[in-house]
Amino acid sequence: MTGVRMVTDAKRKGAEELLHVLDLPLGEAGWARDVRATARARLLEAGAPVRRDEYWKYTDPARLTAPLALAEVSSEALAGDAASGFDELDARRIRFVNGRYRPDLSDEIVQGGLSGASLGEVLGQDLSFAREVFGRLEAAGQEKVARPLAALNTACATQGLVLQAAGDVAQPLHLSYDQIGDGASMIHHVIRVEAKASLVLFESGVPSNSVLEIDIGDGGSFHHIRVQTDKRAPSANHIFARLGAEARFKSFTLTTDGTLTRNETVMELVGDNGSGHVAGAVLGRGDSHIDNTIFVTHTGEHCESRQVFKNVLTEKAKGVFQGKIFVRPDAQKTDGYQISQSLVLDEGAEFAVKPELEIYADDVQCSHGSTTGALDETALFYLRSRGVPQRAAETMLVAAFVDEAIDEISDDRLAAQMRAHVAEWMAVRS
Amino acid sequence: MLEIKGLKVKLEEEDKQILKGVDLTVGPGKVHAIMGPNGSGKSTLSYVLAGRQGYEITEGSVTFDGENILDFEPEERAAKGLFLAFQYPVEIPGVGNMTFLRTALNSQRKARGEPELSAPEFLKLVRAKAKQLDIDNDMLKRPVNVGFSGGEKKRNEILQMALLEPRLCIMDETDSGLDVDAMRLVATGVNALRDAGRSFMVITHYQRLLDHIEPDVVHIMSDGRIVETGGPELALRVEREGYAGLKKSA
Repeated sequence: MTGVRMVTDAKRKGAEELLHVLDLPLGEAGWARDVRATARARLLEAGAPVRRDEYWKYTDPARLTAPLALAEVSSEALAGDAASGFDELDARRIRFVNGRYRPDLSDEIVQGGLSGASLGEVLGQDLSFAREVFGRLEAAGQEKVARPLAALNTACATQGLVLQAAGDVAQPLHLSYDQIGDGASMIHHVIRVEAKASLVLFESGVPSNSVLEIDIGDGGSFHHIRVQTDKRAPSANHIFARLGAEARFKSFTLTTDGTLTRNETVMELVGDNGSGHVAGAVLGRGDSHIDNTIFVTHTGEHCESRQVFKNVLTEKAKGVFQGKIFVRPDAQKTDGYQISQSLVLDEGAEFAVKPELEIYADDVQCSHGSTTGALDETALFYLRSRGVPQRAAETMLVAAFVDEAIDEISDDRLAAQMRAHVAEWMAVRS
Repeated sequence: MLEIKGLKVKLEEEDKQILKGVDLTVGPGKVHAIMGPNGSGKSTLSYVLAGRQGYEITEGSVTFDGENILDFEPEERAAKGLFLAFQYPVEIPGVGNMTFLRTALNSQRKARGEPELSAPEFLKLVRAKAKQLDIDNDMLKRPVNVGFSGGEKKRNEILQMALLEPRLCIMDETDSGLDVDAMRLVATGVNALRDAGRSFMVITHYQRLLDHIEPDVVHIMSDGRIVETGGPELALRVEREGYAGLKKSA
């Protein structure tokens, strides 16, 4: 018992250190202060993550739990737009620079069917729908597994947006995170898509620690595409999604390289007949470490969920996929699917996978699959024997491999942008 | 055109000699049939010529137009005009047949310093060639060989041959898995490509393909060597007496 006690003490001390360096937000409404206090308590109770935690078996959290020194406000002019590929898609661009929302550099958020404000503004008000979402979905998402870095975020983050879609929002929002110089950034977004409303959200760039809470009302739809490219510092990102009846949630994340990236997506299908898809493509080279950890909870009946992840790992890159489908006793007629596949192109690269099904309802259909391997030598030879040079043949096969995840994106133009990213990444490899 | 001298090949992974000294010369415009029982080394010979990995050449040489092709990568051999029609054409999910064909053709053209074909130019070309082989648009749009029937896969091989216009076509048991009608279609495609500058090496178990693609020379391969060479009548003798009977008389 002494050993366990010591680990717990270390975890608690780690949590205190994490909180210690971050200032407590000031001037907030009572309800917001309560949410902050509860989140602090949640973090202290869980402790900081350590390698010995089962949930961190494949990803060492040390670089994510180093106390964050937030980046300075930057007055520097920004370089040209990051090549996210979203600019061609007629999106409204909302910019964060060094982790701070910059309305002066951003397009107008408010448009037909969409209202929004900065997180700081909303947390100073007594009345907002955010009271029902901020910190609530995050807390609910910790029911089965502790997610201390998300609790830390809820306790401390002052930057982010609060968005409310009440109808079909015509123009997608593109949230871009730019970094000038060193320093960490912490972002927390709270979004509600009301009944039968719809919203498309893009994200590019990577904060050090981000939380996105997304509450989708009955019949609502939320489509999310995220591009995590560029050389970047360690990053922990959480999405907490709650789906009402007949709600639709689709999220696709492209992650290339970087140092250490942990993306946790926690989704609960609460109402009946909901549909939630989480997909991702991981392209890792160098010694990058990219972890996608997904937790899908089926609560309502007749819901469908899909997890589709493709990893391409070269040099010494490491990919991790932990995917869980948790089916509550009343979630009959659940259709849950999960696949994670990995191409390991060099000897030093590796992929760790942990699929999990936990099912308490008896009339369900759930499946998972995982493969890890090299490129198909026979296919490679076939292409080369027709005159396609080796690198080009490899690129064709890699693109085809990743395509299954990109196919999860229903918008053709967006899918084409993601394919362009893959081609660009492969071109650098060649 | 192709000259194989004393070719000895073993598997890289295990100490197993497959080819034990193959000598073969194929002149321009000629059709050579290579027959032989299972395990005689016919497919190994075709793979070694095309440059597949996994084989170690312990002795001998292979020259194509005077160049030692064993030094070249598979894609370089292809650009020089060597083509292997696979016994089991490979399914490649996610790669569209049209994309594959165009990439292959343009890669070869680029390697030879020829201008690449534009999309419309290629489309026109591929449609014309496909029509001759009874290949519909759907087959061109689908991923390479995925969901193709045995006959469709072989016709797709011949389509590639027609597009790439190689000077030496090695056909590895192209007749396997084909019914009579499909075989006739494939043979018609091959015969249409026969000309004074293009040679064929037709590998087959059975004489029946040679009814449709008439060879100039027939070789019998056994235990890693060519044991007998003759005219078309040799194939008929194999059909009559079997390989076992042939060995006795040889």
